[in-house]
Amino acid sequence: MLTELLDILSFQGGYNTSVVLLGSALLGMAGGVIGVFSLLRKRALISDAISHATLPGITLGFLVALALTGTGKSLPFLMAGATISGILGVLLVQWIKDNTRLPEDSAIGTVLSSFFGLGVVLMSYIQTLRDGSQAGLESYLLGSTASMLQSEAEMIAIFALVITLAAIIFLKEFGLVCFDPDYAASRGWSVSKLDLLMMALLLAVVVIGLKTVGLILIIALVIIPPVTARFWTDRLGLMVGISAFTGGISCFLGAGLSALTPDFPSGATIVLTATTLFLLSLFLAPRRGVLATGLQQIFFRYRISRRRALLDLGQGRPLFSPLLVLSLKREGTLDSHGHITKSGHQKIKQMMRDQDLWNQYLTDYPEEAFAQKDWSLAMISDVLSPDLINELEERLQRQQKVTV
Amino acid sequence: MDLPLADFLQIDLPALLVAVLAGLCCGLPGNFLVLRRQSLIGDAMSHVVLPGIVVGYLLSGTLDTLPMLLGALSAALISAVLIEGIKRLGKIEAGAAMGVVFTSMFALGVLILEQTGASGVHLDVEHALYGNLESTLWLGLNNWQDLVSPSGLEQMPNSLQRLLGVCLLVILLTVAFFKELKISTFDPEMASSLGFSARLISIGLVIITALSAVAAFDAVGSILVIAMFICPAATARMWTDCLSRQLWLSAFFATLSGITGYLVAAFGPLLLGADFALNAAGMIAVIACVFQGISMIFAPDHGKLGRVLKQRHALKMKQNLP
Repeated sequence: MLTELLDILSFQGGYNTSVVLLGSALLGMAGGVIGVFSLLRKRALISDAISHATLPGITLGFLVALALTGTGKSLPFLMAGATISGILGVLLVQWIKDNTRLPEDSAIGTVLSSFFGLGVVLMSYIQTLRDGSQAGLESYLLGSTASMLQSEAEMIAIFALVITLAAIIFLKEFGLVCFDPDYAASRGWSVSKLDLLMMALLLAVVVIGLKTVGLILIIALVIIPPVTARFWTDRLGLMVGISAFTGGISCFLGAGLSALTPDFPSGATIVLTATTLFLLSLFLAPRRGVLATGLQQIFFRYRISRRRALLDLGQGRPLFSPLLVLSLKREGTLDSHGHITKSGHQKIKQMMRDQDLWNQYLTDYPEEAFAQKDWSLAMISDVLSPDLINELEERLQRQQKVTV
Repeated sequence: MDLPLADFLQIDLPALLVAVLAGLCCGLPGNFLVLRRQSLIGDAMSHVVLPGIVVGYLLSGTLDTLPMLLGALSAALISAVLIEGIKRLGKIEAGAAMGVVFTSMFALGVLILEQTGASGVHLDVEHALYGNLESTLWLGLNNWQDLVSPSGLEQMPNSLQRLLGVCLLVILLTVAFFKELKISTFDPEMASSLGFSARLISIGLVIITALSAVAAFDAVGSILVIAMFICPAATARMWTDCLSRQLWLSAFFATLSGITGYLVAAFGPLLLGADFALNAAGMIAVIACVFQGISMIFAPDHGKLGRVLKQRHALKMKQNLP
């Protein structure tokens, strides 16, 4: 099975399969690139409305094609129908948001359920027709590469390539519109036109992805790769690259697996491949991953309890945590009998002085101290300026003299 | 068109009851979701319960209520944890985090279904999407008296029992916690000053949402679940500013669209002379949205038309001023 998979993935599974794989990979890249912008523009779930809104268009396209050409399964008709009803869906979301008191999420929910409901009704009508060709229509729900014709696969590949290129050409403009629309406008770009272009590219990805991934899961293609990329980087260019890579590789592997066995429906397989990459990133990403955050947390706690422990030792209080005693022994603050070593005394003295300075800072500059997130967590000399520390030291000495 | 009573009682009545009850048990919590701008939680829930139901079915071998509920609730719980984690760790907006989780969970459900062949038995993906309202049968009903007789009640379909239970629970909880829900929806800070946790109420609301989604999912499919979480509440919101009135109105619209939608789907084509029926769940969703569309335009205070007229009137008054 593995060798067969490798055969397919190395484009030796026949011309048709190769075109399907290539088209899927390009589709994934296109989704990954344009998805980054819809995520950053906080419009991720608009694609959910668009994808569900395509169903009535698909079914109507089918009926029109059936009436005109005698067979309903004509990709251009279906895609034209999907595009038109997708556009209507977006416009309706916008209208509801602008003209009623309902918020955007309710507008999205309304549009997706009503359009999808209408599509389902039309689909149940199509199923009553005595025509053999409606069987393939269901593959638009969950996607299927198995029934894909060569011409369809080629068309998908070409469109996906065009979308990816268009998104890359406008990378700079889109990025600026996402981060600072006002500045973009002041540079003379039309924000609304760029938004429109983004929306058009998003719609295009959804429409050409319908056949491969299916309309229920197509939004995964524009959401999961960008979110995955977000875990790795804060830089736009890099994020677009990682997202395109994630999307491309997920579609490539997913479509390959599903070409191998019919038990793997292509849409679900592609999405789950992307999910796997996402989960890996969620756990392992260097700064934001679960593992990294967990380690940071542990280190942070250790730093606090070590500080506490040194201060406790300095005031002659016993330590109760055996773990802490162990780690203090290892760093040489305590000897093997639990007594404070010479270097330990020095560390304790240093730490107590640091705490006194911090306390002095809190008394003298209460507001600044509250705003200071490192208050009494880091060494004061790492956080405040030397001048300020000198000043605090002087005051501290003066006060100590007074108390003496 | 003549319709024997037994046919109506066995086929149409249970479907109508399921449609109305599903509408009610999603529509009531839907009010709070819409007001809190969390409508899409309903959307997400209706997708994530699929793998839970499938796994519950595979482990227990039956489509009984308990394994299904447990499976679906655990799926909902896992999703909630994942969504929260993604939101916090990745600093990603709630919508996108939800999108990641619910598509993944749905894909998982689809894959398990296809892999295990559970689809052949009773569950399949199409059914999960548009439900099988039409095949809810209440055998053993021959006349109206059977509805209250023990032998008739015994044969009440599983999905109807489930919905009835959940629906009663939802109504009970909504009434019992009305004040808490209201305050935590509009003013979460006041909630904590009054001594109850707005967070706890939110979690409770999500659990109830999941429960309603599960109970309705099997009977009417995910699409109608989403429609019913949002449309009745959104429609009611066009007509009133008073929360309790909005709840009553949403229940009214949910019931009305359930009945109208089912009747149109089942008998509309017959009236036009064709001999097939359309998909009822889809039709109910469409009808619910038609009501919402009408309300968005014609509702007196918040409809588009009313507001435009009011604006014109105000403009005229201004011009008439000296």
